[in-house]
Amino acid sequence: MTAYIIRRLLQMIPTLLGVVLLLFVLFNWVGGDPAYILAGKVFSEAQIANIRHQLGIDQPAYVQIGIFLKQIVTVDFGASWSTNEPVSEILKTRLGPSLTVMVPLLILGTLLAIALSLVVARYRRSLTDRMVMVACTAGMSISILVYIIVFQYVFAYRLGWFPIQGWSDSLWTNLTTFAALPILIGLCVGLAPDLRLFRSFMLDEVEQDYVRTARAKGLTEKRVLWVHVLRNASIPVVTYVMAALPGLLVGAFLIERFFSIPGIGREVLLAVERSDFPVIKAITVYVAIATMFANLAADLLYKAVDPRVEFK
Amino acid sequence: MAKKLHSFEAETVSERGGRGFWSLAWLRFRDDRVGVGSLAFVAVFFVIVFLSALGVVASHWNEEVGIHDAPPDLWGWLTPAAPPEAMGNAAQRAAQTMENTQHREALRPSTVIDPLAETLMQLQRERTDGALSESRVVDPLAETLRILGADGATPSAVKEKSAEKRTSLPLGGDRWGRDVLTKTIKGSQISIAVGLSAALLATLLGTLLGALAGYYGGRTDDVLNWAYSVFNAIPYLLLILAVAAVLQQRGVMTVILILGLTGWTGVFRLIRAEYIKHRGREYVQAAHAFGVPDRRILFYHILPNVSHVALVKVSLLAVGFIKAEVILSFLGFGVAVDEVSWGSMLNDAYQELILGRWWELAAAGGAMALFVTAFSLLTDAMRDALDPKIREAS
Repeated sequence: MTAYIIRRLLQMIPTLLGVVLLLFVLFNWVGGDPAYILAGKVFSEAQIANIRHQLGIDQPAYVQIGIFLKQIVTVDFGASWSTNEPVSEILKTRLGPSLTVMVPLLILGTLLAIALSLVVARYRRSLTDRMVMVACTAGMSISILVYIIVFQYVFAYRLGWFPIQGWSDSLWTNLTTFAALPILIGLCVGLAPDLRLFRSFMLDEVEQDYVRTARAKGLTEKRVLWVHVLRNASIPVVTYVMAALPGLLVGAFLIERFFSIPGIGREVLLAVERSDFPVIKAITVYVAIATMFANLAADLLYKAVDPRVEFK
Repeated sequence: MAKKLHSFEAETVSERGGRGFWSLAWLRFRDDRVGVGSLAFVAVFFVIVFLSALGVVASHWNEEVGIHDAPPDLWGWLTPAAPPEAMGNAAQRAAQTMENTQHREALRPSTVIDPLAETLMQLQRERTDGALSESRVVDPLAETLRILGADGATPSAVKEKSAEKRTSLPLGGDRWGRDVLTKTIKGSQISIAVGLSAALLATLLGTLLGALAGYYGGRTDDVLNWAYSVFNAIPYLLLILAVAAVLQQRGVMTVILILGLTGWTGVFRLIRAEYIKHRGREYVQAAHAFGVPDRRILFYHILPNVSHVALVKVSLLAVGFIKAEVILSFLGFGVAVDEVSWGSMLNDAYQELILGRWWELAAAGGAMALFVTAFSLLTDAMRDALDPKIREAS
């Protein structure tokens, strides 16, 4: 077990180096010389040289990658190119609002999808099941943009049930007032794909021998599904949820943008619009690291809920 | 009678000769009513997209054919002689006359300060009296030019364009008076073409790399797997946005490249697994023993046996890429400003909705939902038909 974890952690190093290399190539070569972006429209050669020196891009590539690695370890990416706010400060202050929306969304969404998928599994292969699946496909085909635009227009602007946008300093006000409609939209958008996936998890279990045994014992269909099937189907569900965890950070960037929620996702969009490279680089690197750890945690949890799994 | 017997025989022979994999898949597909229905839907979309690409329809999507924010009037357009349209026209003209009069009133007090006001008023009067019956588009600069050229310079150099603007359009008009219907057709063409091209690019790349990694294994596999894990470590949309931030130019080709070059990982994983499976099969070993070159084994012997996996993946990817393109274009990182896609339409529609103009949102959102639903159902049916084992399991 310990050996496995250590090996996995060591395997992360080349991957992380790859991410660093990819970002370095993207932001230093593919996009042209960053000094020209910073210099603006009117510049002299001396200014360009000065900026290049300040950014360190007049040094050889390996030194620059070294600087980049040091920035990652010390969480010091300097200041944002557009607002001059320290990047570490941006990361710290934007994390809370993102989590305020995404954590309730993930919990409620998962519970709802589990419950509904068990109901659908009960009617498997009937007309109802097929209709629900076609409805899910149709629901997934509508752009998330349409959901957000219509919900914001109808529930916030027309009916006035929720504020159109905004954010406060108190967690409770945010949860009950400002995050309510974003969470509702997230639930509606996420339900169809989750339901489809969870239904297939449930159906994989329904055909198993232990289910037949449980039925033969004379258990009710309800108990068979909600206790026996659910317990076994929770293994892939847990893996799926763990894999979705890094998405908590940037997953709702469209929702954050429409509702002016000062989260990480909105920050990414702003940074892309303003060519604010340090912010994009920092967020991408840390989300990538979070993703790798979430994958490791998913595998460990997989072992915890299913002792049959052997680590290779 | 003899003929019937003959055809019966032919059927048995072909049955005995064994149907090919694709022929069997088609037979299974034909029995799937949802699949056939969605195929018909997708086919209709493709015909429209094809005609639009050839310039037969919707080539003038960027022209201002109606008044701004013209309301939708599908029923009136389906029944051409319907009176509401004529009434709409009359009402429009009356409104315009009023507007002109008001304009004239408003101009009067400014005489004191503006030496040109008198001339302007004169022109205004001529215009409203002379050409009241049709609404005209006048180049605002033309007025000034005419005034400047009034003392005999070159008045004939100024061209005046007059056009009858429609007061209603089948699916309404946008802020600039462009026809939402033609815009939707053109937008569908761009969005669908971008989604499919990017999916094709990603699948080609993923198949090539997956084939190399799966067949050769060893060092090649290690390097490609490393690239896979790097691309996979960054959440997909974040990666796309990072690339979009770096590439400064916008346009259809940029979007295809962004999506295609970042989206190959899923295909790579699948195809690699298939090639590992096929690598040890007898037919590959036999080909190897005969001295067939690797390149030929990879793409001539094995590829046809895994191509159904790639085909299903293309259409799954296309759905994802269409959605991604719509988001990119909505945010302004996608198609250029002089191009239209479902995403840029949704951006226009978002600003119009607040004024109660819902038709562009309905048209763009509806067209996308229809196509993507049909295409997803088609993909499901295709997967079931191509891989009967999956169908038995679920």
